[in-house]
Amino acid sequence: MDGYNEFVKEFANKIFQALIKDDRFTYLVKGLRMSIGITLAAAFLGIFLGLLVAICKLRGKGVLAALANGYITIIRGTPTVVQLTVIYFVILSHSGLPDFVVATIAFAINSGAYVAEIIRAGITAVDRGQMEAGRSLGLSYSHTMRYIIIPQALKNVLPALGNEFIVLLKETSVAGYIGTQDLNKGGLQVASITYDFMVPALCAAYLYLMLTTSMASGLNRLERRMHRSD
Amino acid sequence: MIKVNNLHKCFGALEVLKGIDASISKGEVVCVIGPSGSGKSTFLRCLNLLEEPTKGEIFLDGISITDHKKDIDKLRQKAGMVFQQFNLFPNLTVIENIMLAPRKVLRMSEADARKRAEDLLTRVNLSEKADQYPNRLSGGQKQRVAIARALAMNPQVMLFDEPTSALDPEMVGEVLEVMKDLAKSGMTMVVVTHEMGFAREVADRVFYMDEGVIYEEGTPEQIFRNPQKTRTREFLSKVL
Ligand SMILES: Nc1ncnc2c1ncn2[C@@H]1O[C@H](COP(=O)(O)OP(=O)(O)OP(=O)(O)O)[C@@H](O)[C@H]1O
Ligand SMILES: [Mg+2]
Repeated sequence: MDGYNEFVKEFANKIFQALIKDDRFTYLVKGLRMSIGITLAAAFLGIFLGLLVAICKLRGKGVLAALANGYITIIRGTPTVVQLTVIYFVILSHSGLPDFVVATIAFAINSGAYVAEIIRAGITAVDRGQMEAGRSLGLSYSHTMRYIIIPQALKNVLPALGNEFIVLLKETSVAGYIGTQDLNKGGLQVASITYDFMVPALCAAYLYLMLTTSMASGLNRLERRMHRSD
Repeated sequence: MIKVNNLHKCFGALEVLKGIDASISKGEVVCVIGPSGSGKSTFLRCLNLLEEPTKGEIFLDGISITDHKKDIDKLRQKAGMVFQQFNLFPNLTVIENIMLAPRKVLRMSEADARKRAEDLLTRVNLSEKADQYPNRLSGGQKQRVAIARALAMNPQVMLFDEPTSALDPEMVGEVLEVMKDLAKSGMTMVVVTHEMGFAREVADRVFYMDEGVIYEEGTPEQIFRNPQKTRTREFLSKVL
């Protein structure tokens, strides 16, 4: 009985130390905001980058296609944390940009490669007759792409894109490596003050889980709504 | 209206069109018949450069389209195309399907494009479907929308590639009816078809394609009643 009481007391103290004392929970809240911000911005930029790269690759030949292929190969063939290191400490080392901006750029570049492959597959899956019908009406290639092919492709690959952004959110947890105050880093900062990892680490894990599961269910709802218009 | 000189088309080593000569005048309705694989679709698709001819010349309204590949989008506006598989845009409503090209290519105002689309929908008897998505339509309705969509660009020629082949039999009639009206209104039409009844009734001339050329041509009367060549006769005996 005594042991049990001891345990509860110690646990309550840990929670107090980690979250309440000196408003330490703000480390986690700020980190959470940072992680969400980086993910949203990188996902947004990643879609445009991915779209551009997918179209360059699809148009087949030439310098642009080669560049697109090289980019995809490099990004998919190296770890995210290494990309982050190279971009922060090598490519943008003299840029003077704040670390979270560099992190956003790095994750956008990272996500763009995966998005490009997803969108390329989506575009390829659109029936050839759609392009022919567009062109036969006198629409240009780019108009047909923009108004006909890409909307259909995006709709087809929505689940895959959603998954990519869930992965992206989890990947952003390495942003602390370059000093960005993201959610994982927030937990670590608390631990460095209290010398206890359990509460802050579990809290960070819980918050990540809440985010990913709500993204997944949001995605599900969106898909169902789109299928109703089918 | 259309003039074709010595048109050749190869897919790799396969020569599908081996020198086609044809001349189609304004307001004429030409039906193209022939066995599967004889190059009917390829011929039709060359007429609006969906396939690039390997050799030869095509004039549309006096302009060589084989020489003017840069203006291809402009030239394609002159020739409306209707496909076997409809190829409606599933992400757009019926009326948006029809309005898209007039808006983006002809730069018509929203109101003008809508007016034109509504008139065309009335013409194909589908006014009440304007705001539906294509997947809510039957095959026959889809094809009528596809015809309206092509007409929205005010083409000088309409090209049809087996427009009724993907339809359930009970829907063939409604599409052929629209095409007959179009023919009566004086539209120049080239129709690849297996509907021999339609060819006989509506066509001014019939092209029988075989061996990569227009093997025999004539009025429906001549081709169906009194074909001159053995292969034509053999083909017709199979399909009639
Ligand atoms: N894009 C292509 N690449 C390679 N070969 C092709 C291509 N398109 C058509 N062909 C070949 O060209 C030949 C003629 O095809 P086409 O579609 O013009 O025939 P068709 O007369 O329309 O036949 P059907 O009545 O079956 O529609 C066929 O042997 C076909 O396999
Ligand atoms: Mg065909």
